[in-house]
Order: sequence, then structure tokens, then C-alpha cells
Amino acid sequence: MTDPLIALDGVGFTYGGAPVLRDVSYVVEPGQFTGIVGPSGSGKTTLLRLLLGSLKPSRGRVVRGPGLAVSYVPQLETVNWNFPVTVADCVIMSRKPTRLIPRPTRTERAEVAEVLERLGIADLAARHIRELSGGQQQRMFLARALIRRPSLLLLDEPTSGVDVQTRHEVLHLLDDLNRDGLAIVLTTHDLNGMAAHLPHLLALHHTVIASGTPAEVIVPSVVEQVFGARMEILQHLGLPLVVDSAEGVDSPRRAV
Amino acid sequence: MGALWETLVDPFSYQFFVKGFLAASLAGALCGLLGVFITLKGMSYIGHGLSHAIFGGYAAAPLLGIPILLGAGLWGLASALAINAVARTRRIGADAAIGVVTTASFALGVALLTRFGNKGPAFDSLLFGSINGVAWVDLWLLVGVLVGAIAVFTVLYRQLLFTTFDPDVAAVSGVNVARMDTILMIVLSMSILATLSIIGVTLVAATLVIPAVVARMLTDSFGRMLWLSTLIGTVCGAVGMYLSYHLEIPSGTTIVLVNAFVFLVVLLATRGRGLSRTAGMDDHTDASSTAISVPMPRA
Repeated sequence: MTDPLIALDGVGFTYGGAPVLRDVSYVVEPGQFTGIVGPSGSGKTTLLRLLLGSLKPSRGRVVRGPGLAVSYVPQLETVNWNFPVTVADCVIMSRKPTRLIPRPTRTERAEVAEVLERLGIADLAARHIRELSGGQQQRMFLARALIRRPSLLLLDEPTSGVDVQTRHEVLHLLDDLNRDGLAIVLTTHDLNGMAAHLPHLLALHHTVIASGTPAEVIVPSVVEQVFGARMEILQHLGLPLVVDSAEGVDSPRRAV
Repeated sequence: MGALWETLVDPFSYQFFVKGFLAASLAGALCGLLGVFITLKGMSYIGHGLSHAIFGGYAAAPLLGIPILLGAGLWGLASALAINAVARTRRIGADAAIGVVTTASFALGVALLTRFGNKGPAFDSLLFGSINGVAWVDLWLLVGVLVGAIAVFTVLYRQLLFTTFDPDVAAVSGVNVARMDTILMIVLSMSILATLSIIGVTLVAATLVIPAVVARMLTDSFGRMLWLSTLIGTVCGAVGMYLSYHLEIPSGTTIVLVNAFVFLVVLLATRGRGLSRTAGMDDHTDASSTAISVPMPRA
């Protein structure tokens, strides 16, 4: 049996006196692909940051596997796309320098070329980051994360604010990386477009409400508890599909 | 023709001008180089505030019997570290706290100079810079700080770039972001100290910002921006000092006016394309008003 990458045991986190997370126990196993689902303010990003190690828990403990390498991909919406860097500059910056002058070594340049090739954006290396499409931007950040050769990849809302095609691209890309053995944990509030397609989910609302496959987690009782609204769950092509429940909702059209 | 040439080269026959010219060029280079990080990190306000804070040290040091550069240097360093510490905690409005600390320090300087008289550089020189105020020690200080800044930016290039572009991800990728911020603040305070007698308290922020903004208008590459900004700062410093001699205007004023002129020329030459490159130049993932990186939880 392989050791877990990270184990959270009874973790709580308080910010400014307000509890953001309470009593969260969760284990990230090697090769796992998990989506943390919940609405804004449910503690998803805080949980991601606890996994990253950029926040320390107020209660409980976080145990990380020895020598664990974690990479992080931020939300695209939080990035300054006007910053003066090219795709290659952006990728190389996360690699620890091996000499005292700024110019990358031949080995480093080869590594950048290899990871860009793997993600299908080798021809964009010299482009300014502003010139990329949403899918290409996400691939560039994945390249920056992968050049550190992580065993765990954490992504914050990777499909937030992107179009449908980009969402499909990102999903397929992450699935490929996971099949290559990379453990992935991401946050999302998109139940239909993202969460329903993942192998494992963790439903969060300040604490873990449910965890399991999408069929086990995306059920009316859990969705209502997590999102605070009653929704209907349909089945579409074998996947759960969440729709707003008409019950108790005043449609503007009906109100006229 | 001969008379014109004589007029043009005349200032170089005076040692005080040669020192001032060299110092202004070095000060321009230093501010241009440092300004790239300052503007991209959204720290222009901190640069402005820090120059005012150091003014207090200039005024207080002679009264305490401490050599001016040592006193002002220690004062500047303490102010920089205090600002860094304040900016990293968001329990109080960091920009307001920095405003209070720096303007209070400036006011203290004015009060000390008014009450006890000026025992250091002339008051006007400190505010607006002076062609006469450059001693050999100032020149050597500038050389030392410039060499130090180049060494720091060369050795820590990748970490500083990562911290400037994406502090959150840099922090979780093994970069000590707090240390990078502190190093940048120390270089900034030493640079302001070294350039103050040439450029002046009230104008030094402009020489940090304008060359970097002009460089950004001309390039999309961080590496090119660094050397372009340094070059623009050097040329503006040299030309500004030269004009200061002929126009009999404080050197800081002419240096900033030359910078502003270059900005206008590049703005017109790039027909707004350059300006669009500078849009959101100091936008950051972190909402901190001072743009010093503080990893914060978002629920």
C-alpha cells in the first residue's frame, strides 16, 4: 500500500475570528483526481491553500508525505496578462535556478521546450502571454507547474471564466496528466461542466458534506446542503445533470 | 560654431559639474533599473513615501552628531523595513499607515531643520536636487549601490521576476517571497538615499516610474525592459543635469522634465500602442493596496 501524499486530520481554519473550515479530514492518495465542489465562500480555496502549505491550520494537523512536490495553477482571472513576459519566460520562472546568471542553461531551455511540446504549445514559446487564448493560457500554467515535476497538482477553479471549448480542452488535458500518474486536486463550483466529469468529488460547505463519485455526491440532499438551494438531478449520458428546481421559484415570466 | 561648441562643452571644464553629471547619470541608471520592479509590483507609492521618510533622517542625523549618510541610511533602512512589515499585515489599512509614517517623518525633518537650522545639505537641494550638492562620497555611494543592485538583480533574477509576476504561486513554489520583498525594500531605500542629493525628495519617485513606464511602452520582454529602462534613466539623468547647468534650474526638476519629455515622444511615436501595454501594469493577484505580497485565504 502506498503512503498518502497529504492527510488532513480534523483540520479547522479561522480567519479574523470567523471559522472558514471546521473538522475537515481528507486524504490525498497518489494518482487521485478529485474535485472540491462548493459555492463561493464555502472554504474551497482555503482547503486548497492548506493542501499547498501556504496556510497553517488553526486546528488539527496536515501531514505531508516526505519530499512531496506540489505545483499550483492559479485562477486565470487573477493573472496580470499585461505583465511583460513570454510563454517561455513564464514557464522557466518556476524552475529553481542552477547558476548565478539570469540566462537559462541549455538543459533548462530543453526542459521548457519538452514540457511545452507535451502540452501542444511549443510554437508559442516566444509569444507574449497576452496573445494566448484561454486554453493556451491554461496550458502555459500547466507547463509552469509540470516543469517542477510534481507528484500532486492543485488547481484553483481551472475552468472559471473560460468558454465551453476551453473547458473541454482543460478537462481532457488534466485527464491525460492523471492517466500518466499525476495526482490532481482542483476546486470548482461548476457541477455540470466540470464536477460531473471527474472521478472523485469532495462536497464542501465549511466542512466535508460528502465525498465519493459524482453519482454519490451530486444528489439532491448533498447539493441542497452545499449550495443552499433545492435543485433537481437528472441523468444525461450516464452523468448527473443539475437543474434549478422550479418548485418554490417565481419565474419572472410567470409573475407577469 | 566655435563659440557654440565652447558653450556646449564649457560645463565639463568644472569639476563640480563633471561630478554632478556622472552622479546624475548613475542615479538615472539606478532608478531606471530599480523602477522596473517598483512599477510592476505597484510600489511607486512606497518609493514616494520612503523618499519623504528618509528626509527626516537627513535632518535628524546632524543634530544627533551622526554622519548624515549613516544617519539617513539607518533611518531609511528602518523606515523601509517598517513599511515592509506594515504592508505585509492587512489588519490595518497599509497605505494609510505608510502615509502616516512617511509624511510624519518628513514633517519631523522640516520641523527639525526649521527649529535647529540646517547642518547638512541645503533644504532646497534635498527637496529638488542640486548640481552643487555632489561630493565624491556621494558619487562613490552611488557606484556602490548601483553595483550592489545589479548584483542582487542578477543573482536573484528568476526569484524576483516570479515574485513580481505571481507572488502567490512563487510562494508555494519554493521562493521566499517575504525575503524577496525585504531585499527589494532595502535596495529601494539605499537607492533613494544615494540619489536624494541629485534628484531630491519630491522628485525621486518620478525617476523611478517614468523610465520603467517608457520601457514598458517599447517592449513586451521583461529582460529588455530592464536594460531599456536603465538606459533611458541614464540618458535622462545626464541630459537633465546638463540642462540644469545651462538653465539654472534644480537638477531634479530638469531630470524629471526630460523624463516626461521622453515619455511624451514615445507615447506619440507608438500611437497609443505603447500606452495599452502599460494598462494594468501593476495589477496583482493580491488585493493588497501596497502590492507587497501577502498570501491570504479566500474562502
